[in-house]
Amino acid sequence: MDFQDTPELADFRQHVRTWLDANATRRTDNGHIGMEGEQANHEAKDWYKKKAEAGFACLTWPKEYGGAGLTSLHEVVWTQEVENFKTRDAQFVIGIGNCGPAILHFANEEAKRELLPRMASAEDVWCQLFSEPSAGSDVAGLRTRAELDGDNWKLNGQKIWTSGAQYSDYGVVLTRTDPTISKYRGLTLFMIDMRQSGVEVRPIKQMDGGQHFNEVFFHDAVVPDSFRLGEVGGGWNGALTVLMSERLAISGIQPTGFPQFLDLVKTLELNGKPIADDPIVRDRLATWYSQWAGLQSANKRMLTAVAKGGIAGAEASLGKLVGAVMNQEIANFVCQVLGPAGVIQDDTISPAHAHFQQTVLFSPGVRLAGGTDEVMRNIIAEQVLGLPQEPRADKGMAFQDIPTSSG
Amino acid sequence: MNFEFSEEQLFIRDQARNFLSQECNLSVVRSVLDSDTSFDRELWQKVVGLGWTAMAIPESYGGLGLGYLELCVIAEELGRSLAPIPFSSSVYLATEALKSWGSEEQKQHYLPKLAAGELIGTLALSEGLGAPAVAAQVQDGALSGTKLPIPDGDVANFAIVSALGVAGEVGLYLVDLEGAGVERETLSSIDPSRSQARVIFDSAPAQPLGGGVSSADELAQLLDRAAVLLAFEQIGGCQSAMDMGIAYTRERYAFGRPVASFQAIKHKFADMYVALELARSNAYYGACALSSDAPDLPLAAATARVSATDAYYMISKENIQAHGGMGFTWEFDCHLYYRRAQLLSGLIGTQVQWKEHLATRLLKAA
Repeated sequence: MDFQDTPELADFRQHVRTWLDANATRRTDNGHIGMEGEQANHEAKDWYKKKAEAGFACLTWPKEYGGAGLTSLHEVVWTQEVENFKTRDAQFVIGIGNCGPAILHFANEEAKRELLPRMASAEDVWCQLFSEPSAGSDVAGLRTRAELDGDNWKLNGQKIWTSGAQYSDYGVVLTRTDPTISKYRGLTLFMIDMRQSGVEVRPIKQMDGGQHFNEVFFHDAVVPDSFRLGEVGGGWNGALTVLMSERLAISGIQPTGFPQFLDLVKTLELNGKPIADDPIVRDRLATWYSQWAGLQSANKRMLTAVAKGGIAGAEASLGKLVGAVMNQEIANFVCQVLGPAGVIQDDTISPAHAHFQQTVLFSPGVRLAGGTDEVMRNIIAEQVLGLPQEPRADKGMAFQDIPTSSG
Repeated sequence: MNFEFSEEQLFIRDQARNFLSQECNLSVVRSVLDSDTSFDRELWQKVVGLGWTAMAIPESYGGLGLGYLELCVIAEELGRSLAPIPFSSSVYLATEALKSWGSEEQKQHYLPKLAAGELIGTLALSEGLGAPAVAAQVQDGALSGTKLPIPDGDVANFAIVSALGVAGEVGLYLVDLEGAGVERETLSSIDPSRSQARVIFDSAPAQPLGGGVSSADELAQLLDRAAVLLAFEQIGGCQSAMDMGIAYTRERYAFGRPVASFQAIKHKFADMYVALELARSNAYYGACALSSDAPDLPLAAATARVSATDAYYMISKENIQAHGGMGFTWEFDCHLYYRRAQLLSGLIGTQVQWKEHLATRLLKAA
């Protein structure tokens, strides 16, 4: 048990650090780096291209697919170092983190060689199309139909909560190919070209005023059979690969709000006194630090297991569950500490460019996206602790016979 | 970076787990809880026989010369089994104090006897309600004052006692608890499976530890090391209490199905798992910092301590809740964990004090 890099990783870290110093700007604080909008999107694309050219994109993917053929520990070193710089990931995390592993695992060789390198360099942007208006936590209840028509599949239906669909060139989409059998067995996973007339993207205005997510409508959208990921009827397995990769992908970057809180506690004075002297602030600081530090170390334990050949399991749900709740609680607490002006969301008045006020309004979404708190608890209880499943009213029924709220 | 114990350390852990599951089931804990005895002497002798008290003592002083990581895996198993023995007092506190500050003569005399379990030591800091403060005094080699609670103070052979010297400075002194000028009594406590005592010193002969004066910083280092080891005892207890609740709710049926299949119960266990994983991960970091004597040990130790104390309280109380009415009976073992969680959170300072340490160290760190 030790903190030391192996000599190989120490060399790699030095190499990364040197390159970052020459090619990126160091952070001076933990301030929020905006991830939305056209400008951010351009900057993010430029950054990905630069790092792909230097061989730092998708470190764990094989070289022939645009990766670097390195280990997950190299990836960790990269993540640790890049955190100290102002860089933008924008919506590429979903493609690379979620869709990439499913494509590596299930796509045909030609598609992998053609599409993955362009994903790695962010030349193409990808989105993930699973959730539907009537299929949220019960995602396998989805209704978007895919029907075979010669060598192509025709898609009809609606997706929702699709991050970055408006910027996306491709998507990974989960569809129903057979409604006459049980819901898990009638699903098939595809890649889809988002730039076609049969795909319509409509942004959703969120409760915080932002527009990060979309509705996506398919009207006879066309998918060639060569874009199928896995077997017909084998979509649920592919979807689980995507969802598990998602939790792993976000477990390292899940916002917790803690670094911003620590910055604030160290610097802010109210009524002439540092808030760092307030016993209530100190109590919360200790509690949240112990949780935040626990997450960092839990991540290190998970990576140690991965490095020794294990697989990251449902334990990755931990980071999502703890981080998302902490993020909201910290934002609320800071607004309370600020007094009556805590409610003001104005860059010229609110500390940290109104980060905490923005977070009050955005954080409810983080607790829902990628699996709600409640779904995370079910995953931990059933898959980690082995507790029995809830009895299900739709068990053993053909999908088309399952009662729904609208029918 | 490697965040797992070595094969050898895991082997020691498995051996300890096997041994304790045979020699220290909960009826052993109950026999101490239910009686006037302060600890299980038979179990203590067996533990000594396995070399656990000698583990982190250098070979030149009769020990095995292993490190803190080996002690961490043993601590986890002692916590898991709720072992009713004075291990933490004698090993994490008295032995470590002597290793750190004992004079060569004191080390030669005491460490081999601690290793061989011939002597039990403890640390006496507290003098009543509130955070440990020092009013006890030493004059001309004689110590006077009252210390309480002293963990295992009724059974220890000697104590390392904090007291004021003639110049009013706090120092640590070694006092023979079986000698002249010492009166002691067992106190009633929330967890009688681990004893606590009041000790009244009336001009008891006291020898300064090593050079005499130990600074507050040095004392804090001793408590930091103990905090990491105690965090392992705490997470061992957490795991045991959680396993107990899972086993019970899987078997018990209500409304025609296992209680553990209800989300209200499953989510409770998911929250326990989260608390335990955070505490375990912080304890691992603490172990890493402890074994490498890292500069951030003070922060790592406070983090491990705060996290483990929170987790054990939460898990032990929710285990009672998951058991329903039977969890409130004397007969069921839920209360043993709940009591031990309280006891461990009191040793070496409570959550209020450790959270304050954590905040201070974190704000000082960067």
